[in-house]
Amino acid sequence: MSRIKARFDKLKAENRAAFIPFIMAGDPDGALSLELLKKLPGAGADLIELGVAFTDPMADGPSIAAAGQRALKSGQTLRKTLEIVRSFRAEDDETPIILMGYYNPFYSYGPEKFVADAKEAGVDGLIIVDLPPEEDAELCLPARAAGLDFIRLATPTTDDERLPAVVRNTSGFVYYVSVAGITGKAAGQTETVKGALARLRTASGLPAAVGFGIKTGEKAREFAAFADAVVVGSALVDEFAKALEANPGESNNAVNAVLRLAQEISGAIRAARV
Amino acid sequence: MTQLNSYRTGPDEEGRFGIYGGRFVAETLMPLVLKLEKEYEGAKNDPSFQSELEYYLKHYVGRPSPLYYAERLTSHVRSMADEKSGRAGKKGAKIYFKRDELNHTGAHKINNCMGQILLAMRMGKTRIIAETGAGQHGVATATVCARFGLPCVVYMGATDVERQKPNVFRMKLLGAEVIPVTSGTATLKDAMNDALRDWVTNVDSTFYIIGTAAGPHPYPELVRDFQSVIGREAKEQMMEAEGRLPDVIMACIGGGSNAIGLFHPFLDDKDVEIIGVEAAGLGVDTDKHAASLTGGRPGVLHGNRTYLLQDEDGQIKDAHSISAGLDYPGIGPEHSWLHETGRVKYVSATDDEALEMFQLCAKLEGIIPALEPSHALARALDKAAEMDRDQILLLNMCGRGDKDIFSVMDALGAD
Repeated sequence: MSRIKARFDKLKAENRAAFIPFIMAGDPDGALSLELLKKLPGAGADLIELGVAFTDPMADGPSIAAAGQRALKSGQTLRKTLEIVRSFRAEDDETPIILMGYYNPFYSYGPEKFVADAKEAGVDGLIIVDLPPEEDAELCLPARAAGLDFIRLATPTTDDERLPAVVRNTSGFVYYVSVAGITGKAAGQTETVKGALARLRTASGLPAAVGFGIKTGEKAREFAAFADAVVVGSALVDEFAKALEANPGESNNAVNAVLRLAQEISGAIRAARV
Repeated sequence: MTQLNSYRTGPDEEGRFGIYGGRFVAETLMPLVLKLEKEYEGAKNDPSFQSELEYYLKHYVGRPSPLYYAERLTSHVRSMADEKSGRAGKKGAKIYFKRDELNHTGAHKINNCMGQILLAMRMGKTRIIAETGAGQHGVATATVCARFGLPCVVYMGATDVERQKPNVFRMKLLGAEVIPVTSGTATLKDAMNDALRDWVTNVDSTFYIIGTAAGPHPYPELVRDFQSVIGREAKEQMMEAEGRLPDVIMACIGGGSNAIGLFHPFLDDKDVEIIGVEAAGLGVDTDKHAASLTGGRPGVLHGNRTYLLQDEDGQIKDAHSISAGLDYPGIGPEHSWLHETGRVKYVSATDDEALEMFQLCAKLEGIIPALEPSHALARALDKAAEMDRDQILLLNMCGRGDKDIFSVMDALGAD
């Protein structure tokens, strides 16, 4: 059984939604992002999305785009991101890691070689923003064949006609983008999101996560009442950047600031269905 | 080179030219892109859409643009050739210009903007967005938006906003909102990223007028089709002027919309040699150039697979060219395919060569070319000098140089 499936089965038994934090690999450098990554499960992360930096992140708002720029500036590459996962995996064999990014670095690496190396490093799933189902032959099918989950984004523009195509080769879970827009802006309306997740769950038979625009414990708690997972990215990335900027020499403080926010959000998610 | 029966059948149903092109966009945009494809198919086969487009191209844009025999430039090339060979009278093809610089707004860009805005209105869209580098596409988009009364938002790299003040003012005068883009490296590619971010946020109301023959399918196809008026007219005009087709046709290439517009109608004329000229910046052996085919490799950016300037990790590199219109790290996917099939030959010209041609053409022909076609002119002169005198070379003069006089003044250190 995949780590993702095992984790969602466990959460279902506990009747709670997953907390999925997003951080950018290599932000502000490889060592510190690895340190943060290793500590996230202790702060309540059930699964983790690890960002793969790209120069041209078309679906990201300023926060995550800036995190990517910092990572690239520090010399981060996809190869080094796999190294980070390998180090994490040496100590944690249960928390699923999902790489999230844009296709070109993966294409440049070579899709076949990438899926083999990623599997070996301990990656569990992929979210590739600019690979719609029309381009499944590129990376989705090779990833599935190698035993990696390929998690699709569904959006408010995904209508009933299109939904079957979107969920067809999806595995692990489906990720609902709560608003038509970029990361880090406002989240969607609760009732709309609730309906969309129900529709996704029925169409895919998979757990349904929600993300984009969820910045506070309060909002996370609201969505966690009915979602199978809640993704928080920009808020954590911002917290990290802010703390590092305020005290550049105090990297421990910055890591702790992110962990505190993660704890607060995971606490709110755990309290959602009590 | 593999000979195909036709080079004009692309793209296929997946929006591909060979392996190039495709639809590499976020799911939010997929339904829109599919809808656009369907609507465009409808418009293409709708005589009333086509006749409306023709009407505006004639009465508003000023088409057809003239075909002009550049007599003094031809003489110049012939005397150069004579000097080189040491004997008189053999080499130096006749050089013709397709004068798209005479269009309203001063470049070929408006051919495409007119087509796309009619399509936008046909789809009931009420807001237009665009990206721009030097500002030519931005100005053309702002112009058609003013003409049809639609609000227009233009994304422009912050550094370009600073460098291209006259065009920024023109756009504002035309009623457009110009948004300086500071994300990434604050250049054309980042302006395109921000336009895509806007589009993804305002999917219901907004139509994105892409300025070059790139982006997700069907953009490369529809931009090509709207620009192909250049090649269709040129073919007819050349038959009228010379009774035959040219031996060589040439155009400059950034994203490649003027080039594909000239080339496409000639692709199956096997005796016509086709040459595209990329911007070599400070030289293709330096890291300051914009020659995606010469110095890049296939990758995926802005919705399509094509040749890109990128590092080993697949990160996109900044392009450099003195001409802001060629300053893009990618190229339209159809060019990537034409490059690989060998049907079109792609070469390059440096900043310095373009500057030299800018001045030469002004002095000899009384035509101040934009820096973009000045690149094509550099290789066209070399090519014409190797050709026989009874041969013909046609160059697309895709824009005029008024917009460039200040940057040329700076580059030459003139005052």
